[in-house]
Amino acid sequence: MQLTQKHLEYWSKNLRITGILLFIWFVATFVIGYYSRDLTFNFLGWPFSFYMMAQGSLIIYVIIIWFYARYMNNLDLAYDVHEGEDD
Amino acid sequence: MATPAQGTGGLFSAGSNRAFNAQLKKVYTWYTGGFLLFIVALAILEQMGLPRAWIGYLFLLATIGLYAGIGVMSRTSDAAEYYVAGRRVPALFNGMATGADWMSAASFIGMAGTLYLLGFNGLAFVTGWTGGYCLVALLLAPYLRKFGQFTIPDFLGARYGGNIPRFIGILAAILCSFTYVVAQIYGVGLITTRLTGVQFELGIFLGLGGILVCSFLGGMRAVTWTQVAQYIILIVAYMIPVVWLSVKQTGIPLPQFVYGKQLEKVTAREAELLKDPKEIQVRDIFKERAAVAAAKLKDVQKSFDEGKAAAVAAVEKAKADNAAPEVLDAAVKTLGGFPVDVAAAKSAWTKEASLSARAAPPLRHAEPFPGKDDAARDVSRRNFLALVFCLMVGTAALPHILMRYYTTPSVQQARQSVFWSLFFIFLLYFTAPALAVLAKYDVYTHLVGSAFASLPQWVASWQKVDPSLLSIVDVNKDGIVQLAEIAIGGDIIVLATPEIAGLPYVVSGLVAAGGLAAALSTADGLLLTIANALSHDFYYKMLDPTASTTRRVTISKILLLVVALCAAAVAAQKPADILFLVSAAFSLAAAAFFPALVLGIFWKRANKWGATLGMVSGLAVTFYYMATTQPWLRGVFGVTSPIADNIWWGIQPISAGLWGVPLGIAVIVVVSLLTPAPDRETQELVEHVRYPNLAGDTVDSVAT
Repeated sequence: MQLTQKHLEYWSKNLRITGILLFIWFVATFVIGYYSRDLTFNFLGWPFSFYMMAQGSLIIYVIIIWFYARYMNNLDLAYDVHEGEDD
Repeated sequence: MATPAQGTGGLFSAGSNRAFNAQLKKVYTWYTGGFLLFIVALAILEQMGLPRAWIGYLFLLATIGLYAGIGVMSRTSDAAEYYVAGRRVPALFNGMATGADWMSAASFIGMAGTLYLLGFNGLAFVTGWTGGYCLVALLLAPYLRKFGQFTIPDFLGARYGGNIPRFIGILAAILCSFTYVVAQIYGVGLITTRLTGVQFELGIFLGLGGILVCSFLGGMRAVTWTQVAQYIILIVAYMIPVVWLSVKQTGIPLPQFVYGKQLEKVTAREAELLKDPKEIQVRDIFKERAAVAAAKLKDVQKSFDEGKAAAVAAVEKAKADNAAPEVLDAAVKTLGGFPVDVAAAKSAWTKEASLSARAAPPLRHAEPFPGKDDAARDVSRRNFLALVFCLMVGTAALPHILMRYYTTPSVQQARQSVFWSLFFIFLLYFTAPALAVLAKYDVYTHLVGSAFASLPQWVASWQKVDPSLLSIVDVNKDGIVQLAEIAIGGDIIVLATPEIAGLPYVVSGLVAAGGLAAALSTADGLLLTIANALSHDFYYKMLDPTASTTRRVTISKILLLVVALCAAAVAAQKPADILFLVSAAFSLAAAAFFPALVLGIFWKRANKWGATLGMVSGLAVTFYYMATTQPWLRGVFGVTSPIADNIWWGIQPISAGLWGVPLGIAVIVVVSLLTPAPDRETQELVEHVRYPNLAGDTVDSVAT
């Protein structure tokens, strides 16, 4: 079977949002992790890098996944590739 | 997409997905209420004088009986029910089940202790074991759900065509799941022993009964509904003591948001303890004792002969001089305490020499990558990031976790389900760093500096239970506890928190029951993965594709029993380095599965030979690195060249996946480009998994 233009557009939008979210994931984990010794200013009462590795990055991960699920489920509807009725 | 219910159990089946979801919420709300009532009832009974041992028995019987009950109610011999719970598990409940499946005894009991002992560097486990879910959500779960078969080797077999990739998948799945399940069963044995006082081996088999009665009868369906129940127990058990401790220390019941204050106080206290003269005195005593022992170890035979002769001479001299009785007693005692032979002397002195570790100044909890100079700090940072990488990629490659996303009703729900999984895992992982700091505050401010004559009750009782968990000895004989005099094992942090917080014994029982739930739920998922890899992938797909459904399910059940017994037999040997084996499972899974799975979805050009060689080379380099740098494995394989020659950029063996994953990706890309592209049918399969619903799609991969 042949994919339509619309299908390809759906896939490239999927790749774009995946790329953006992975970039945020990478920065929150590895970039901040790498500079941990320098990022020790006070943040809400914690040293910033300690807070990020213990709590902050976890919050970011949860938001990334929540956002992706919401975005993609809407994209499915917009591009008419969603599955049948479901709750 | 709703598939009709076919099972036999009344509670866990219903007509439509919506009705099913509503019914589940009702059942589990009642269940949670009932569980809380049970705890309250036990607390009242404790006040009325119920003995502690009885509380332990009641917790054990009630929880294992409950899991068994769910197992019996969910029994099934239908293939889709047995392998993927009928694909009707709503996102929220699949999230809870994944949470329990994921969090093992290591997360529940070990995590906070690791953070206590390692400070900042321990946070690699917190970020590593949560961030991996981003990879699961973005790169794998929705696509695997659309593919919709039963196991991970299924995907490899269909995508890369043929039995070779499937077979490597089977081997890798068994390799990483089996090491992991041995550790879980070991944990079950330990907790059962603690809870009831039965023998370790008996504890293992009691726990095994709890695992088997559930997964044996109902496969994935029973495991799923039990895991949801286990998640509720484990999260309640984790939260109650921490919240209480937080109220006791700060007056606010939200430890995750207020422990920054306690961390500040701990940091200030560390600065005091670092230059406290009494602390330095104790550390110097350890340094000296270690140095003396190390000197003796240089020539064990000679030191043994001389030491023995000197001790005998001292006794003779005391007798000859008609010395005072206490002098003679002391000399006789020294001789009596002298090692009986050279081997005993060697082990005693080796132990004594290892005291040098306790001569080190305490680490600063909040300091990232501590080290004596910049080079050491650099290695520490490299290892931290490498470990985070391996744990994350390993999370996104462990078959027992990925398998769970086959069980949701739709692709949409698979996406939401990853969110719920991480949310439920997050609740515990977000709390663990707080628990570590609160416990440290208590030890640093209340225990350190108190008099030996008035040690808190919990110290005495834990010292008696197991000296390797906690031992405090007045090394410099000043009658005051110094931090350097406390030897603490990580596991005690979670286990003793109820007592540190001054809670009744029923909460200690609850914590043990929570640890048991964590270990049992993970063991369930792992055993199912191994049994399915053997029965579904190896027997049905490779040996006898004509086997009937009933026969496949029966074989899977028999294999489950066999694998469980093997794992229990191994666990009963109390194998050394069990912690290493668990962490190794992550690196192995990452190298074996991640590149082939992700490229299989995102790169149509990836083909059979690329994937096969990529998986083999990734696994091989990871295993080679471990075998040449990890002390226990070096012993097993007889590697004698010095570790320093085999280590690459100072990376610890636990993070060997750091080499395997990139190599696997590179080999898949290069070999795929050198060999012909996959056929049209395979490319259509890739398109099929990329779109939740594709108009005109002729591929139907969903297995029933």
